[in-house]
Amino acid sequence: MNRQILHLFTLVVVLFGVLVAFTSRWTVFEQENLEDNSANRRPLLEQLRIPRGDILARDGTVLAHSIASGSGSRKVYTRTYPEDGLFAHALGYSFIDRGQAGIEQSRNDELTGEKNEFVSLFDELLSRSREGEDVHTTLDPEAQRVAIEAMGGQTGSVVALEPSTGRVRVMVSIPSYDPNDVPDQFAELNQAGGSPIFNRATQARYPPGSTMKVVAAAAALDSGEYEPSSIVDGSSPKTISGAPLTNSGGADFGPIPLTTALTNSVNTVWAEVGEELGSDTMYEYMERFGFNTEPPLDYPRSQMTPSGVFDGNDLLDQDDPVDVGRVAIGQERLQVTPLQMAMVAAAVGNGGVLMKPRFTDRVVDKDGRVTERIEPDEEDRVIEEETATQLADMMADVVNEGTGTAAALSGIQVAGKTGTAEVDSGTSNQAWFIGFAPVDDPQMAIAVTVERTSGQGGTVAAPIAKSVLEVLVG
Amino acid sequence: MLPARWRELFSLIPVSLLVTAGFTAVLITRSESTDEVTTTYGLFFLGCCVAAHLFIRARLPDADPYLFPLTAVLAAFGLVMIYRIDEELAREQAQWFVVGLAFFVATIVLLRDHRVLERYRYTIAAAGLALLFMPRLPGIGHEVNGAFLAVKIGSIQFQPAEFAKIAIIVFLASYLNDTREVLVTGRIPRLSLKHFGPLLLVWGTAMLMLVFIRDLGSSLMFFGGFLALLYVATARLSLVAAGLGLFLAGATFFANSISHVQERVDIWLDPFAKDVVDDEGYQIAQGLFAQADGGLFGKGFGEALLELPNGGTILPAPHTDLVYAVITNELGLFGAAGLVLVYLLFAQRGFKTSMVANDGFSKLLAAGLTAVFALQVFVIIGGVVRVIPLTGVTLPFVSYGGSSLVANFVLLALLLVVSDSARRAAPREGGLVAT
Repeated sequence: MNRQILHLFTLVVVLFGVLVAFTSRWTVFEQENLEDNSANRRPLLEQLRIPRGDILARDGTVLAHSIASGSGSRKVYTRTYPEDGLFAHALGYSFIDRGQAGIEQSRNDELTGEKNEFVSLFDELLSRSREGEDVHTTLDPEAQRVAIEAMGGQTGSVVALEPSTGRVRVMVSIPSYDPNDVPDQFAELNQAGGSPIFNRATQARYPPGSTMKVVAAAAALDSGEYEPSSIVDGSSPKTISGAPLTNSGGADFGPIPLTTALTNSVNTVWAEVGEELGSDTMYEYMERFGFNTEPPLDYPRSQMTPSGVFDGNDLLDQDDPVDVGRVAIGQERLQVTPLQMAMVAAAVGNGGVLMKPRFTDRVVDKDGRVTERIEPDEEDRVIEEETATQLADMMADVVNEGTGTAAALSGIQVAGKTGTAEVDSGTSNQAWFIGFAPVDDPQMAIAVTVERTSGQGGTVAAPIAKSVLEVLVG
Repeated sequence: MLPARWRELFSLIPVSLLVTAGFTAVLITRSESTDEVTTTYGLFFLGCCVAAHLFIRARLPDADPYLFPLTAVLAAFGLVMIYRIDEELAREQAQWFVVGLAFFVATIVLLRDHRVLERYRYTIAAAGLALLFMPRLPGIGHEVNGAFLAVKIGSIQFQPAEFAKIAIIVFLASYLNDTREVLVTGRIPRLSLKHFGPLLLVWGTAMLMLVFIRDLGSSLMFFGGFLALLYVATARLSLVAAGLGLFLAGATFFANSISHVQERVDIWLDPFAKDVVDDEGYQIAQGLFAQADGGLFGKGFGEALLELPNGGTILPAPHTDLVYAVITNELGLFGAAGLVLVYLLFAQRGFKTSMVANDGFSKLLAAGLTAVFALQVFVIIGGVVRVIPLTGVTLPFVSYGGSSLVANFVLLALLLVVSDSARRAAPREGGLVAT
């Protein structure tokens, strides 16, 4: 009988082997699937037990903080936002019932001290409990306050970036909300008039109007087809893509230099330039500026949209039938985010190099050690440095003597471009201003837009840009 | 090599280390100082183990030296885990541990020679069957999650199936020892009712268990134990295959006709289905989530998430059905594999005992007890890791429950009695003692 007993033992070995194999399946091979399963509340509950790191502003102001409640094994942490709605959209929120958004989501691993398994084991041996790290952002409370005040309750957005580093200093989206209200009023915040939770700076798609002429000018100069002094035809109306196009107020400028065409925002010139350059060239420069892809910002993808020519929700490319002349003046079906237009201004201001925009400066652990420092990172060279200098001078003229005089600062040379796109069948305007300052050493780039206003870019948006640049550069 | 009993005593050292380390870890996690009560608790456990060792030394000097320390490891493991889940339950489990040891001692004292069991085989079989069907008796039967596994008299509740498994194995060992010659004669076994009748009876019993007790786990465990013994006794795989076929046919039939069994099977096939995961499939799904949470190394003793912040439970039945999931959660794949390895070593010692035994009954008894023990481990862990449908059997010596602890101590006592007589006889019959 001993042979059979041996067989039986072998069977037991095999059966137990199956048990260990299946345990491995759940603990290792399918671990991630199980943790991502929507019925699994463990990861969220687990995070409640971790003292989440703070999110701090550039000047050290605490923007998000965790408060402990309960004790022992029932000790949990909830999130609070001491500055209320100041940076609502950039920060987002983190609540067990509502999930996460904004920096809270994109920097969740750092904020919860997520480490790989072996580091965790090491911590466990030293009986260190898991704690989150602090995220130091580039956000500037003072400038943000000024920007919110300057908007004066008008719906729209302000984005300010450092051209040479990509640091986001200001991100305003109005209407705003208080993230502290998210647990109790989530549904209302999503549905209320103007949907306050929606981040207009990164998610709204607006017609850019004449601010797009900066992109057209960059393409015109950098491709070598035009010089700032090239004489162009400013007559009005002109037939563009088979349909007549007029200048603002029907003004006929006649033959003028290209730079004057930007100063006075001459539609017929820039539409013709767009047609001359053609779809391929326009698209190439748009894509170098960051159009057609989600911005490389450390922010949740679900809260960003690319800019480009849209057919419904689909991006059109250069092979689709697109009226490229009207794209060059910000019409057609071109839709852009305020962040994208701030990136356009920043790239021109930074000598033609687009830096990756970002919110995070560094991550610091509870002992004060910097665990991660985010260095300035080049996204793309968009245009040659010489082109950038020429374009900057042209944009300075816009502020000095053209449509953007309301953005001028005393003692500091501002460069910019206004935009006014007709919306709601011409009954109201989308007003824009994009620019940077000072021209000879740009410290700050900005995009301002106001929804459904009766005013113009130069009268509504430019003064807001002025107030914000004043505090950031002045 | 050291004499057997010294090896047994020294093997208890790792047990004491495990107990100390386990309790310390749990206490550190709770950031409480090691108070006197818990120190006493640990020392008391070790005292019991040493006392049991001294008893074995006196009464069964030649018994296998590893079975008891392995049991102590499992029990220590169980006590620490249960202590971590609920201190009050741990106190009760410690009491049951003492009761279990008392039954262990009583079994060894009363049963000087296990061969006397052969004489009472039909009485034992009848008692086993009676025990099995007790939970269906009106008044004392008790239904848990649709299965009838427990008997409740007053405030005392116990699971008769734990004891029935021993009775059935004793009967089968004795019966098969007598009839195996007949069963193996000729190319085709003679199909007489006299010889196959009892076997069909066992099959019928297993099927009835499915119908009446509605527990696939126990049914699988009993019938598996039966097939194992049939194979050891007859060496005929054809008989085993036939038995397995009959069981599967019956199980499939009843799975389709008894809603409780069918439901268990459906949950097993897809616990994550939309309407199932938060309802019937909650237990198995949460068990899997708990294991995934443990990963390779686990969260550490006392770190697993068992409660919601508001005090509700996230993992149902953590001290019984899902204790393996908690262990994996806290000790990871390595800890869980270690536990399975201890069970494997126990099975190895059990089968070894069977192999060195001199007579057919002893061999079959040891093999049967070991097989049913190993199967029980497979059925419950297999349920938790979703190899088979999850059922309500206990994890021997580890999960909370008096009946299980006491019955398994009786099982251990029987194995040691068989082992002692086998190894004492071995030198007299010439040759070395195989260990």
